[in-house]
Amino acid sequence: MTFKTAVIVFPGSNCDQDCVRSWQTVTGLKADLVWHKESKIDNYDLIILPGGFSYGDYLRTGAIARFSPVMAEVIRLAYKGHLVIGICNGFQILTEAHLLPGALLRNRYLKYICKDIYLRVENAKTAFTGGYHRGDVLRIPISHGEGNYNVSSHGLKELQDHDLIVFRYCTPDGTVGADIAPNGSMDSIAGIINKAGNVLGLMPHPERVSEDELGGTDGRSVWTSILSTLQKRGVA
Amino acid sequence: MKYKVIVRVVLKPSVLDPQGAAIERALTAMGNKGIDSVRVGKIIEIVLEGPDEKTVFDKVNIWSDELLANPNMETYSLIVEPIA
Repeated sequence: MTFKTAVIVFPGSNCDQDCVRSWQTVTGLKADLVWHKESKIDNYDLIILPGGFSYGDYLRTGAIARFSPVMAEVIRLAYKGHLVIGICNGFQILTEAHLLPGALLRNRYLKYICKDIYLRVENAKTAFTGGYHRGDVLRIPISHGEGNYNVSSHGLKELQDHDLIVFRYCTPDGTVGADIAPNGSMDSIAGIINKAGNVLGLMPHPERVSEDELGGTDGRSVWTSILSTLQKRGVA
Repeated sequence: MKYKVIVRVVLKPSVLDPQGAAIERALTAMGNKGIDSVRVGKIIEIVLEGPDEKTVFDKVNIWSDELLANPNMETYSLIVEPIA
């Protein structure tokens, strides 16, 4: 069975090739690069919004990319239940497109942070994390200046009550608490999923730790989890 | 008729503004006293054609909601000025 995967390329995306490579290497399936000007795209089973600096982060991160022609298609497929994952700038675009709640603000200490951090898997029952266990601690790089997740108190409660927080920043031994999130994120949030369970956004970069040769494999299960979700769904 | 619309976008009071806090510390370090708070925002100036102030205001109001500000974290206000 083959599945169709698209990696969307915006002007300023810079993790698109990394996503294509890690998806292909881990799953053995191909991924198409899709330019943001496309106003009609195939019914991709999986859409990856990669990291980078779409439109130079002008106005707000992801704000202008959200109005690229391809985003109407991404939104259409998301509402049909197709899987959408946004990594870093992709997460920022998903919040601007209202596919995920909240916003990513400037890091608390104003610094662009590019380093390995630790993540705790909070929900291993999603379409994107089935290969992990709740409580697993992953070592994954972040690379962003605006990753400080912010949402209304009502929105935060909704995320908590519906188990929509998928990843939290933690210490190497898996402790979560105030001031552990490197960027100041509310409730140490690093990744969230929508209520329908088909749209995930996260700031860390699983595609950078999907192969031993590249320094780690803790992100690999994101891709294998997605693959097994697609296989279970039986879309072809 | 041409109008200039000045859109002022600021973070909601409930949202931490690390840039504003850094500027506040710098101003204090310069020896200035009595500063309660500093907040950083954006000014966006749009020059456009329109039949009257109300129509122009309503139009830019919609643009502000859709693109210029993110209602999740920001608020905005508009000033419409006719250009002679």
